[in-house]
Amino acid sequence: MRFIFKTDYNQDVKLAKHGGHVFWYSLLGLLLVAAPWVVAEYWLAQLTFVLIYAVVGLGLMLLAGFTGLFSLGHAAFLGVGAYTQAVMVNAGVPFPLALVCAGLFSAIVGVIVGLPALRVKGIYLGMATLAFGFIVEEGMARWEGVTGGNTGLSVGYPAIGGWTLDSTEEFYFLCLLVTVGATLAIVNLLRSSTGRAFVAIRDSEISAQSMGIHLARYKTLSFALSAALAGIGGALYAHKIQFLSPEQFSIIQSIDLLLMVVIGGLGSIHGAFLGAIFLIVMPQLISMGKDFLPAAIGGAAGLQGTVYGMVLIAFVLFEPMGLYGRWLKVRTWFQLFPFYRRGLFKRQKSFQKSDRLK
Amino acid sequence: MQLLQLLISGVAQGCIYGLIALGFVLIYKATETVSFAQGDLMMVGAFSGLAAMTLLGFSFWIAVPSAIVAMGIFGVLLERLVIRPILGQPAFSIVMLTIGVGYVLRGLITMIPDVGTDTHTLPVPYAGEVLRLGTLVIAAEQMVVIGATGILCLSLFAMFKYSKLGIAMQAASQNQLAAYYMGIPVKQINGLVWGLAAAVAAVAGLLLAPITFVHANMGFIGLKAFPAAVVGGFGSLPGAIVGGLVIGIVESFSGFYLPEGFKDIAPYIVVLLMLVLKPNGLFGEQLRKKV
Repeated sequence: MRFIFKTDYNQDVKLAKHGGHVFWYSLLGLLLVAAPWVVAEYWLAQLTFVLIYAVVGLGLMLLAGFTGLFSLGHAAFLGVGAYTQAVMVNAGVPFPLALVCAGLFSAIVGVIVGLPALRVKGIYLGMATLAFGFIVEEGMARWEGVTGGNTGLSVGYPAIGGWTLDSTEEFYFLCLLVTVGATLAIVNLLRSSTGRAFVAIRDSEISAQSMGIHLARYKTLSFALSAALAGIGGALYAHKIQFLSPEQFSIIQSIDLLLMVVIGGLGSIHGAFLGAIFLIVMPQLISMGKDFLPAAIGGAAGLQGTVYGMVLIAFVLFEPMGLYGRWLKVRTWFQLFPFYRRGLFKRQKSFQKSDRLK
Repeated sequence: MQLLQLLISGVAQGCIYGLIALGFVLIYKATETVSFAQGDLMMVGAFSGLAAMTLLGFSFWIAVPSAIVAMGIFGVLLERLVIRPILGQPAFSIVMLTIGVGYVLRGLITMIPDVGTDTHTLPVPYAGEVLRLGTLVIAAEQMVVIGATGILCLSLFAMFKYSKLGIAMQAASQNQLAAYYMGIPVKQINGLVWGLAAAVAAVAGLLLAPITFVHANMGFIGLKAFPAAVVGGFGSLPGAIVGGLVIGIVESFSGFYLPEGFKDIAPYIVVLLMLVLKPNGLFGEQLRKKV
């Protein structure tokens, strides 16, 4: 059991709360930097995907996990960022400038979508973002002059001046840099007054409003930041996958992104990363597990969807805090050993919260 | 005449949307959550009708009621097994749960060897027949859809208005705690509402089957029923049907008069406009949250 004795107010705002944080995050950082020399190229590519999805997941976590607004059309922002990046890079714009533009453009689109969000809440917001997602997907398929329509659009390597990042390792380091930057930005945002306002809105709109938080402004800001991160993730995704077509940004992708933050654990930064790892590793595990199953089950087309659905149901039923919640329990068990009690994390029974007039 | 033709096909399609939206609204009124599995329940309903007719060899008139009853029981079981344990959690958990249920249903149907990945036709007795009125051509499938929706709506209306069970459902959806104090078994009522929603979905699936074929991905049409439910106002049963008709007619007309591609997104443009102009829908009541 670790006790932190606070002797200074600055300890409250420090990012690393104690020596354990410093040690473990440094070790993680070292491992990530050393990864290109340690792991095989295939797994390095998978790790790159984890980092890209983690950036998108951070954005969605900010919106869903910390502001309490659920978006069912987040793949649209991913798509907007990806196509912006593709078109600009293909037109010869330097890579960093295109990345910034992809983020900015997605943020602007996010603000536009955020506008109806000011009037509607709960499930209506989900419907609005769902509708928006469909419209953007159709737009990407139909605006053939820019996006190439359903035939798709190929994307070149990221290039700065004469330097082209065309190897897996170089691109991995680029993604690592962007991911670390995004994570630090979000962590810092969440301990600022803006981040506190987001959390207050999530917990209760009415009490947040009566504390003087401008709901409309902060909700729009949350949408914009979330969309910007999705756009940046989309830009990296475009370079990684090198070929864009509208069906990559369909409702299925949006649901996958939501699944990522829910399984990772809503309301935790770690959750975005754990969810991204889950999203990338799960198909690999399923294809590995296929060999051990009878051919009739292992070879069936619907296996992946079934497993995804079952995992999702199991998490919602048994571990609503997601993978991060499970890790918290395991950690507490070790910290308190042998005094862990079963009821330690038991949720209070609550009546169904109702938005209706009582 | 062309106008009338478009109108009829729009109404027929709209009835399907309306029936699926009816399922959303029933569940929303009872448990204040949105079931994303509704489209997939419809798909399973169509498949169970198909199984009853081809595997078990039932005639059409026995297969249809048995499929509907089977789906009703399935809905009750679903509520008991996965929905009831998490009631009281944030609404979004239940949304994710129903998304999961939808994934599992679609995956399991796809996994059935030789059947799941193919498209099938439901052998209905009225297939391919048309009614000609002057230059107007109406397919029998469309007339059956419109007629069956009308009958179903009337019987649901009668049930909610006159039967004890219907009134209990209304009471439970208006205020669960008060209904509980009045001696209404709210939990069982919730289960029955899920059963009813699944049965309605099965009806929609059986009506849609002769028009679009039966396949594992037919549940995606449920995504177009969301706009229907929103346009009608999420808490209103007649609103769901009216919203479905609006979406169906808009879709049918935009497919004819607007450039290609607008047909698929017209419902979503309508729903965005609706959310900006009149967020509570056509029939939704104005509600305000109190502290």
